[in-house]
Amino acid sequence: MSSLSTVLAQAAGEVSTGEAIAFWILGPVALAGALGLVFARHAVHAALLLVLTMFSIAVLYLVQSAPFLGFVQIIVYTGAVMMLFLFVLMLVGRDSKDSVIEVLRGQRAAALVFGVGLAALLVGGLSRGLTDVTPAGLAQGGLDWNGNVPELGRLIFTDYLLAFELTAALLMVAALGAMVLTGSQSAQHAKLSQRETVLRRLRGEHARISPLPGPGVYATANSVAVPALLPDGSIAPESLAEIIESVSVDVPDTTTPDAHALTGRPAPDRTIESGEAGEANGTGAGPAADSGEHR
Amino acid sequence: MTPEYYLLLSALLFTVGAVGVLVRRNAVVVFMCIELMLNAVNLSLVTFSRIHGNLDGQVMALFVMVVAACEVVVGLAIITAIFRTRQSSSVDDANLLKY
Repeated sequence: MSSLSTVLAQAAGEVSTGEAIAFWILGPVALAGALGLVFARHAVHAALLLVLTMFSIAVLYLVQSAPFLGFVQIIVYTGAVMMLFLFVLMLVGRDSKDSVIEVLRGQRAAALVFGVGLAALLVGGLSRGLTDVTPAGLAQGGLDWNGNVPELGRLIFTDYLLAFELTAALLMVAALGAMVLTGSQSAQHAKLSQRETVLRRLRGEHARISPLPGPGVYATANSVAVPALLPDGSIAPESLAEIIESVSVDVPDTTTPDAHALTGRPAPDRTIESGEAGEANGTGAGPAADSGEHR
Repeated sequence: MTPEYYLLLSALLFTVGAVGVLVRRNAVVVFMCIELMLNAVNLSLVTFSRIHGNLDGQVMALFVMVVAACEVVVGLAIITAIFRTRQSSSVDDANLLKY
């Protein structure tokens, strides 16, 4: 008997108990996600909260016997559109944090007042205007879960055929427009050829002519923390990455170079100054080999 | 409970989205707030379709979804193009049309 009344209530478009439970769970979740979208400091958090809201709305479509729209909502919105948003956020993410500077004075307060007023107006108007509405419901015409999708397809391809075709044209134009807007290079940002780059380097339009020197590569250490050495034995400061500045740098032994290292003859003045260093240099090892002792 | 509650939820979501458009400075977040407003309107269209007992509202919601997808594609392309030239995605920085 109770099941019969439930069916009749559904046929009249009334809300069953299960649907009411779903609404009172998902409605606050959707509203919380929307508020989080507005108040989240970080843009990625805002995007994820909007995904939550869209999922909740999709389930509300499903319980309102609109299965096609519910799944399209999940696939198109949370699947495609929000991932596009996240993709652009990652691309543009350099200043994804909002600035807190008010350009127009009092704009936030005015927006808040506007929001409260709009909410009061809409909620008040709806609750006054829709008090004694008896919803017809989709079940009586066979338009609920079983008959929804075929009837939707029939409507799109008969009554709304022109709008549907225009939609197809709109999608194509949008795709082409996105390609034109993002894919084209403007004249001042045109890609330079290799020859033009070399000419600009030689003309002094770059900071230095050659590329930056890489870190040192030695027999005992080739990490980025080991600086390269210049021909006079000093450290090339540009070979050190700025990002590892805080890390302790392994500085190789910076003895003055030995002009006779390759000939095998010990340099007379160096052996007098420091015997051990002169012996190491005399065996043919450069200053690179000495760096191993400090590691 | 009647389907009217869906309309109230839709009105609140629309309001939150409108306030977000006015308050937020990041262009991408402003776009997401516009998406929220479109979603709220879709929810009310689906509810009206149920109240009236025919599917015209659902067809309209479907078209709104398609147009919103186009709008997102073009809008994000514009945001990317502006970011490429001005190195910023804040709506306050893209003010050269003013002069």
